[in-house]
Amino acid sequence: MLIKKIAKHTAMLTMAAAVSMSASSTYADSVNYIIPFGPGGESDISARIQQSFYKEKFGDDLVISYKPGGGGAAGWASLNGLNGDGQTIMGVNLPHIVIKPAQKDVGFTTDGIHTFYMFHYTPDAIVVVADSPYQTLQDLIDDAKSKPGGVVMSGSGKASANNLAQIKFDKMADINTTYVSFKGTGASTAALLGEQVTAQWGYTSVGAKQGKAVRMLAVAMEARHPLFPDVPTFKELGYDMVGGAYRGIALPSSASAETVTTWSNRIGEINADPAFRKKMINGGFALLDIDASQMAEFMKERTTEYLMDARAAGLIK
Amino acid sequence: MDFGNFLAALTPLNLAVAMFGVVAGTLIGSIPGLTATMAVAVLVPISFSMAPETALILLGAIYTGAIYGGAYAAILLNTPGTPSAIATTFDGYPLAKRGKGDLAVAIACFSSVFGGLVGAFALLFLAPPLASVALAFGPVEYFWLSIFGLSLIASLSEGNLMMGLAGGALGMIMSTVGVAEISADIRLTFGSHTMISGFEVVGAMIGLYCIPVLIDMCSTGEKHLKITGDVAKMPILSAARITFNSKFNLIRSSIIGTLVGILPGAGGSVAGLVAYTEAKRTAKPHQRFGEGEPDGIIATESANNATVGGGFIPTLVLGIPGTPPDAVILGALMVQGVRTGPELFQSNGSIVYTFIYGLLIATVLMLPIGLIIGRYAYKSIVTIPKAVLVPTVGFMTIIGTYAIRNSISDVVVMLCLGVFGWLISKYGFSASPIVLGLILGPIAEQGFVQAWTIGAAVNNLPGMFFGRPLSQAIIAFTLISLILPWYLSRKKQIKVDT
Repeated sequence: MLIKKIAKHTAMLTMAAAVSMSASSTYADSVNYIIPFGPGGESDISARIQQSFYKEKFGDDLVISYKPGGGGAAGWASLNGLNGDGQTIMGVNLPHIVIKPAQKDVGFTTDGIHTFYMFHYTPDAIVVVADSPYQTLQDLIDDAKSKPGGVVMSGSGKASANNLAQIKFDKMADINTTYVSFKGTGASTAALLGEQVTAQWGYTSVGAKQGKAVRMLAVAMEARHPLFPDVPTFKELGYDMVGGAYRGIALPSSASAETVTTWSNRIGEINADPAFRKKMINGGFALLDIDASQMAEFMKERTTEYLMDARAAGLIK
Repeated sequence: MDFGNFLAALTPLNLAVAMFGVVAGTLIGSIPGLTATMAVAVLVPISFSMAPETALILLGAIYTGAIYGGAYAAILLNTPGTPSAIATTFDGYPLAKRGKGDLAVAIACFSSVFGGLVGAFALLFLAPPLASVALAFGPVEYFWLSIFGLSLIASLSEGNLMMGLAGGALGMIMSTVGVAEISADIRLTFGSHTMISGFEVVGAMIGLYCIPVLIDMCSTGEKHLKITGDVAKMPILSAARITFNSKFNLIRSSIIGTLVGILPGAGGSVAGLVAYTEAKRTAKPHQRFGEGEPDGIIATESANNATVGGGFIPTLVLGIPGTPPDAVILGALMVQGVRTGPELFQSNGSIVYTFIYGLLIATVLMLPIGLIIGRYAYKSIVTIPKAVLVPTVGFMTIIGTYAIRNSISDVVVMLCLGVFGWLISKYGFSASPIVLGLILGPIAEQGFVQAWTIGAAVNNLPGMFFGRPLSQAIIAFTLISLILPWYLSRKKQIKVDT
């Protein structure tokens, strides 16, 4: 009787455990793709889009798991302690991996993160609501000049891509705007739509989602985004600004050169797939192809720029 | 929204998916640590191969099931399975202690279904106008809403207000540890890399609520829960009678849940707490909240399931996730190639309406499924010998805490907080004010900093904090809920004295 009872309960325990484990497990042949943020953000969404293409092209499952904490720091600090056999990869974000270690000792360094591919970015954009008096970027600049600090702009996070773009643009246009940091792009967009703020430092992805409800005044790209042929780039308007929130993937530092090359080629192959490109572009993302061989140069250029802007604004020492 | 969409939701596949979703959601949600967000995120890949409306029905059903499932652990183990069920513990666990756990579980089921239906009907008929409510809520309103939530500490800790306030303050300080969400400062880590991630709310909650119960289970010989009725028989009829006799509470709490669900940045935990406060504030003299009052369970459980439909309103109308699981669901739609945002209703109306009917059907299915699983959950907890129950639950708390952020240090923190929670409970401290501070602290801080920045930029700080009509209404509610009980007890005292 007692044995039967215990057997029954053990079975139940195993079932419960199985359910629990599925939340954090990795299967034999699958690849563990760790996102250092919670589910539902743009890092998660772009990884989810890669997920189905990876399975189709390489046969194995790409299992996405999350290790949020400290604005990504918890994940990146753990990266180099993971197995470098190529079965574990981790999402990487710019400017985060440059700014965080420059603020304080957060358990990882920018150079210690071995990014092997930067596959896309969400270009910075100034967004206003559809019935805003600002028709052009110049309207916003004129208004900001007439009332220093009075133009209030929402954005996602402090010392973030949005914040650095605001600092940089204020300097270029010789204006002074007030930046209000929100928790994530969703909250910052809600503040814009509810007209709690005058304009938003957002991304092209906001324009893609919000459609006719908003107007983008300019986007920080080399050429216009295919989804928004009518929105000028900052460059066209005379401001040399190209950038946004970059997303890439890294391997633990113990990974062999061969593993790095294999992975760089795999992500490049997914990036080249027209169906993948179309999904990403419709989401407002801009594709990028910085593979392992070009990474050092790209990172050097970005790091110098971020640190200079952040230092000038007093965000880091 | 025509009849065709309703029929489309009724296809065998969509029905099967709704049923599977509710079962899976309820099971996952019942395990402490596995939240609704986690339940949805884990099962998202299954939805990729489905048609968009079927995928949505699956995820919506998992979500609503998980919110309900959170009630089991809250009632039977004093541990909220999801943050939404915090206030369920206040009366659910005392009721279970008195031997009426099955009644509490059944009441939770009826209330959840009712609340879920109210939320889903609001989504069906009132989505566009209600979405504008989400936008009217600015930073300063979030600040005042969280202050209103914190005022619950006063009513939670009657008799020892100072202890309650101390706990709330401790929770708020704990919430500032680590990287600050909107200012990016790194605070109170004392040089430790582990503390950069800060306290994880769900893990802390498991520690503070569940571990003391486990320790107490070990320290006494008696059974974990008393059994009064027949274990094999669920008191369905009396549960239904109790639930639907509280019509007013049920409807008010469901409306609160729907409205709070609409606000991105609030969520099920806040909805449950606000509804509980209101139920307690309007209690009749014979009702004893905190000692197993069914109205406490009814308020929380109807409100938190109403947030599901409410949360889908900004998600589907504006493309702005109302709650964290909504963010995951929006992401799944993007992977499907469906354009989300304001154009979703126009360009993909049939997907949206089929989904809303699917959500309604899933909510109705939750009644039989919830009662069956609920009975099994109750039966297992009361009949399993303690020698098996304690390690099982202990194991689940560890796995659950680990799974939230794949972090071992979260488990260590959870265990330490557990021992701490057990110690303070021996001195009459309650864990709830700490958890309230932990949850509401960041909302208050962010709202305050943002409102101050904007107010200073437009040179009108007083107008920003006190001049907006919505804020004034919330401030008025807060004052009423703080002053009224004090005034009433004063009046009673004077009567006694004279």
